[in-house]
Order: sequence, then structure tokens, then C-alpha cells
Amino acid sequence: MNWNELVSMGGHAPYVVGAVAVCLGVMALEVAALRARTRAALRAMDAAGGDAAATPFAPARGGAA
Amino acid sequence: MPAAWNHVAAPAGKGPPADRFVPWFGAAAGALLLAGLAFGLFVAPVDPVQGDAARIGVVHVPAAWTSLLIYIAMAACGAAALGGRSKGPALWMSALAPTGALFTVIALATGALASRPSSGAWWTWDARLTAELILLFLYIGFLSLRSAIDDPRRADRAGAVLVIVGVVNVPILYFSVLWWNTLHQGAAAGLARATDTAHAMLPAMLVMALAFWTYSAAVSLARVRCALLEREADHRRLRRGEPA
Repeated sequence: MNWNELVSMGGHAPYVVGAVAVCLGVMALEVAALRARTRAALRAMDAAGGDAAATPFAPARGGAA
Repeated sequence: MPAAWNHVAAPAGKGPPADRFVPWFGAAAGALLLAGLAFGLFVAPVDPVQGDAARIGVVHVPAAWTSLLIYIAMAACGAAALGGRSKGPALWMSALAPTGALFTVIALATGALASRPSSGAWWTWDARLTAELILLFLYIGFLSLRSAIDDPRRADRAGAVLVIVGVVNVPILYFSVLWWNTLHQGAAAGLARATDTAHAMLPAMLVMALAFWTYSAAVSLARVRCALLEREADHRRLRRGEPA
């Protein structure tokens, strides 16, 4: 498939691109929400006087969701 | 649910395996996602009947498989939670539910986008579509039920019962295209006979399914890890006499 065919896709491009965008968008939203929840959990741990890094299941700070 | 799975998310030993698995699963999911999309959009041949709209199947079909697979995994966790005393299965059940619900949303939305150019309708009350919508309601019902009950043990048990009862929807969803004459095309692969379109797109669909499954594993592990951290923070506050 060349670039022109990919862009038009017989008039179906908006549907195909929309489907891919919905999929990637929903996954990105989930990851962003999970990262925010992780940061909130780390703050709660700090507020509770615990050292999150010292717990056996500590997430990486500011890192992986 | 094997006890080993609890150890993955809540290790009591030297280090946190979850911290090691999450980035690897995430990276694998990203690489597979790129490969699956590239194959589905650039390499797979154009479908003679549906045209390029059939390429939506590379996202739609694996998302529908994943939504169903996650529900089956949740039902297994629910059975283990009801039958045993460990809190692990209930924790996994709760961690899987949001991801399952999101993949159901993706399957429904991409299904509407695939249906519009080929049949002219965004939605019909077709057996397969309706069963997938019921699956979404089951996920939403589970999440709502869990958040509505304050006592975690009662919430776990009520959620497990709901998920197990909802399993009746799984065979209806899977075999609906065989049992009834539906607008939805035949099964893409598996026990039911695959369509020609699905044969051409099958390699891309399988790669995308692997991408979705590794992604689901990564986010579920991260969610279990996060829930355990929140629980630990609550316990520490309670030990200090503060409200959780």
C-alpha cells in the first residue's frame, strides 16, 4: 500500500484512523490514571509515616505506572 | 488462583518482582502494538468485500478477545475468592476489571466504526453486539458494586458472585454468530469457522492480541501493586490511631 492509498483507504481512512485512535487513546488514559493513582499512593504512604521505598512492593517513584 | 501469583505482586522477600515485570510487559506490549498495527495497516491485503474498513478488525477483534479473556480470568479469581481464604484472588479480580471494561469499550467503539462503512449502521440490536454490551454492563456493575460496599470482605464476595453469575454471558457472546442469524460477521478465528477476511488479517490480529494481553498483564500488576501500597498506608495510619 502506498502513501496515497493509505491516506484515502477508499474513503474508509477516517474510520480506520478513528478506531486506532480510540484504542490508543483509551489505553493512554488508563496508563495516565494508573500513574496518578500510584503517585497518590506514594504520597499517602509518606503521609502515613512509612517509607514507600522500603516496602517490599514499592513502585518506582515517578516511574512505571 | 495459585499462591505464586500473590507473591508476584506482594513479594515478602528480597525484592519486588512486580517492579521487574511491569516495565518488561509494558515494553513488550508497546513493541507488539507497533508491529501489529504496521502489519494490519500496511502489509495485510485489502479485503475485496469490505475494503480497507476491514483493517479495523486488527484492533476490534483482539480487543473483543481480550475483553472476554479478562472476564474469564476474573471469574476464575472470583471462584478462588469464594472457595478460599486468601485475599489475593479478590485483589486480582478488582485489578483486572477496569482493564476488561476498557477493552470492552474499545471493542464496542471500533465495532461501530467498522460497521458504519460496511452496513451503514453504527449500531444494531444484534445478538453479538448486545452480548458485548451486556459484558460492559457486567464490568461496570462489578466496579460499582465493589465501590458501594464499605466492608472489603463483603465487597469481594458480592463482586465474586456477580462475576460468576455473569459467566453465562460468555458462551452466548462467543457462539452468538453461530446460534443466530446476525448482522455481525462470523467468528474471526477459533472454534467457530473463520471468515476469509479474518484469514488475511489473522497474523496481525494475533500479534495485536498478544500486545493487548501483555498490556493487560502490565497494568493489572501495576494496579495490584498500587492497591497493596494503599492498603499498607491505611494499616500504618490505623496503627498510629489515625482514621484510614
